[in-house]
Amino acid sequence: MKVLMKGNEALAEAAVRAGCRCFFGYPITPQTELLEYLARRLPEVGGVFLQAESEVAAINMVYGAAGAGARVLTSSSGPGISLKQEGISYLAAAELPCVIVNIMRGGPGLGGIQPSQADYFQATRGGGHGDYRVIVLAPASVQEMADLAVLAFELADAYRNPVMILGDGILGQMMEPLELPPFKEDLPAREWATDGCRGRARRIINSLYLDAEELERHNLRLQEKYRRIAEREVRWEEYLTGDAQVLVVAFGTCARIARATVKAARSEGIRAGLFRPITLWPYPYRQLQAAAASARAVLVVEMNAGQMVEDVRLALEGRVPVHFYGRTGGMVPASGAVLQELRRIGGVGRVQHVRPA
Amino acid sequence: MTHEIIVAGFGGQGVLFTGQLLAYAALAEGREVSFIPSYGPEMRGGTAHCAVVISDEEISSPLVEEPTAALVFNLPSLARFEPRVKPGGLLLLNSSLVHRPVQRNDLLVYRVPASEIAAGLGLDRVANMVMLGAYLALSRAVSPETVRRLLEEKIFARSPQLLEVNRQALEAGERYTGSLALGA
Amino acid sequence: MSSTFAPPEALTKVPFHYCPGCTHGIIHRLVGEAIDRLSIRERTIGVASVGCSVLAYNYFNVDMQQAAHGRAPAVATGIKRVLPDRVVFTYQGDGDLASIGLAELVHAAARGERITVIFVNNANYGMTGGQMAPTTLLGQITTTTPSGRAVKEAGYPLRVVEMLATLEGPVYLARVSVHDPANVIRARRAIIKAFEVQLQDLGFALVEVLSICPTNWGKKPVEALSWLKEHMLPVFPLGEFRAVS
Ligand SMILES: Cc1ncc(C[n+]2csc(CCOP(=O)(O)OP(=O)(O)O)c2C)c(N)n1
Ligand code: SF4
Repeated sequence: MKVLMKGNEALAEAAVRAGCRCFFGYPITPQTELLEYLARRLPEVGGVFLQAESEVAAINMVYGAAGAGARVLTSSSGPGISLKQEGISYLAAAELPCVIVNIMRGGPGLGGIQPSQADYFQATRGGGHGDYRVIVLAPASVQEMADLAVLAFELADAYRNPVMILGDGILGQMMEPLELPPFKEDLPAREWATDGCRGRARRIINSLYLDAEELERHNLRLQEKYRRIAEREVRWEEYLTGDAQVLVVAFGTCARIARATVKAARSEGIRAGLFRPITLWPYPYRQLQAAAASARAVLVVEMNAGQMVEDVRLALEGRVPVHFYGRTGGMVPASGAVLQELRRIGGVGRVQHVRPA
Repeated sequence: MTHEIIVAGFGGQGVLFTGQLLAYAALAEGREVSFIPSYGPEMRGGTAHCAVVISDEEISSPLVEEPTAALVFNLPSLARFEPRVKPGGLLLLNSSLVHRPVQRNDLLVYRVPASEIAAGLGLDRVANMVMLGAYLALSRAVSPETVRRLLEEKIFARSPQLLEVNRQALEAGERYTGSLALGA
Repeated sequence: MSSTFAPPEALTKVPFHYCPGCTHGIIHRLVGEAIDRLSIRERTIGVASVGCSVLAYNYFNVDMQQAAHGRAPAVATGIKRVLPDRVVFTYQGDGDLASIGLAELVHAAARGERITVIFVNNANYGMTGGQMAPTTLLGQITTTTPSGRAVKEAGYPLRVVEMLATLEGPVYLARVSVHDPANVIRARRAIIKAFEVQLQDLGFALVEVLSICPTNWGKKPVEALSWLKEHMLPVFPLGEFRAVS
């Protein structure tokens, strides 16, 4: 049976159903409903809800709880995610599974609270110090807020790695009907958790390697894991890409807008299609290149100044001109404006590179 | 048919509640639906609005740029949303609070003295239900019967008095534009 | 002295965005009056925090900086160390100051930074919609303590002034309230003193002002004022906890 829920709440409920019994967070708009929902919900299932004194504290509580073997969740928005970066680097280094939600709002600085996608670089390029990767999932509907939450916990466990769910203010606040996932009972065993060494050799969770050779070996092992993830875990969605002459690339809320635009463009005779990355890291480079095979032009649509354009260019290796349309600061691209762009670049002959500032 | 609806007014006028009720009713009818509220400190006495899409097909974008209908509860919201309504679309005004004339002449405009009707029922706060009733009589975006059932079974199941005035308000709104629509 | 009703020069004419009845407005006015009274408007730099008073930079008619959430005492330290002859104050809520910013606060106090901190305690997070603050009372219902703050999960309220009174750095520490006119007058005196000790280069000063949040407490302003009196005063006793003789 379908229920109507806010994205933030759907994600929270799905996390509970995925076996997450542990949340540490701090209020910030537009993700606060997630925290408020779990404040009510986790005690009902015997879980731990703790409002931390800051995001710095929250992410370190996550470190402790993940190391102790729990399925653990934290959530925030831009300014708070920035504060969590130190902790995320430590989590990645110590190979601790956890799920971090970023419901993005306009930045930089204190910025605003309206929807944005301006934390793309921060999410996909590391954010904290050192050579590490975080798996980044980008939902585009309330259903996916729930489904990707379940997937996030599974990937986190499978690879012992932090997973980030990168949503935006609209996805967090929006209500749509969804099918909630079933409750999961049996969680994978954690052969590495520090839960007391009774009857076994003691375990250590750590990210300090003072010996350079040893630290390099650790890094190589991490890189090997990231390579495996990149090989197996790429996810994306295509819409009318088969014969598309202009291909729109967008994730999250922008992909919803782009889908409406592609429909409208088709009804005008423009052969448009949509490619939507679901994993932002690992990025579907090869899949995008294949989807753009018939395209004469590609249009990237984002709620930022063109951060994903870099990945799109990497994917296309200069074969197709890449254009960009975006809004920033909490403004949302109108599908009318995107359609204008499609008409412009989808028209015969004229092809022009538009560089994001 | 896809209904793209904006409900807008002061925080506290029940704007978000109205939109959510529409969304729940659409879900109950097995339709596709999305609801996006405005959020943040504008709640603090400022204006609030929400966007509801109800459709029989999958909803591509839940964002409403050109509403097929706008339910406008106060003056600032008229200024903001009048220019955005789709040509030929519906503009429903709470005429108890919105006195200025509408500038566009390509819209179906209905003026409903919702606050006065609500006051007549003894509860100012149900002006939103008057507006909703008026809108449903005109658009049939969802069946008023579905809304009534939700009010009865879910929302006011435990407060018969609130249920009664909300139901009366809904019906008063339906009657008000129902008669106008017939007359037109 | 200026007449009671004329707006202080140290406040701009911009109307406050606070909810009806919110006492942030009164506290702004008291700070403005203190600045006027000491004739320091043109050499005062204020630091706005993150909370409902985030827009304080629009209201204080002095040079202002906007700090990240909780970091105002660190920002103020930076300003004061560069401009030691200027007057520097922060204006912070209880989430900002006592939760995320507690480390910055305690260390500024321990260092005896010559700054004045105005600390508005309304027992919850106003801006984000009424979550638990470190100052939330036991049993108090907030959106993150839906059945009331319980010791087992959320511990006890933090008494910031008492805590700071264990340090040597602070020279003036007071807790005041604005729930009635007599207390407003006492609050005004305390805020003036907290600026005076800075002018005398004596050390760190902080005034905690008990304040109401009618919106998130779900009360009418008058009810909120009596709730403050009844419930907050017993937990947060008023008075001067450190004063220079
Ligand atoms: C790093 C970071 N985390 C969270 C927030 C969101 N936030 C804005 S205001 C606020 C709480 C403010 O509460 P308080 O300091 O008590 O002031 P009040 O609003 O009650 O006056 C929070 C958590 C933020 N802006 N930055
Ligand atoms: S939310 Fe509370 S603290 Fe903030 S302005 Fe309103 S009443 Fe004041």
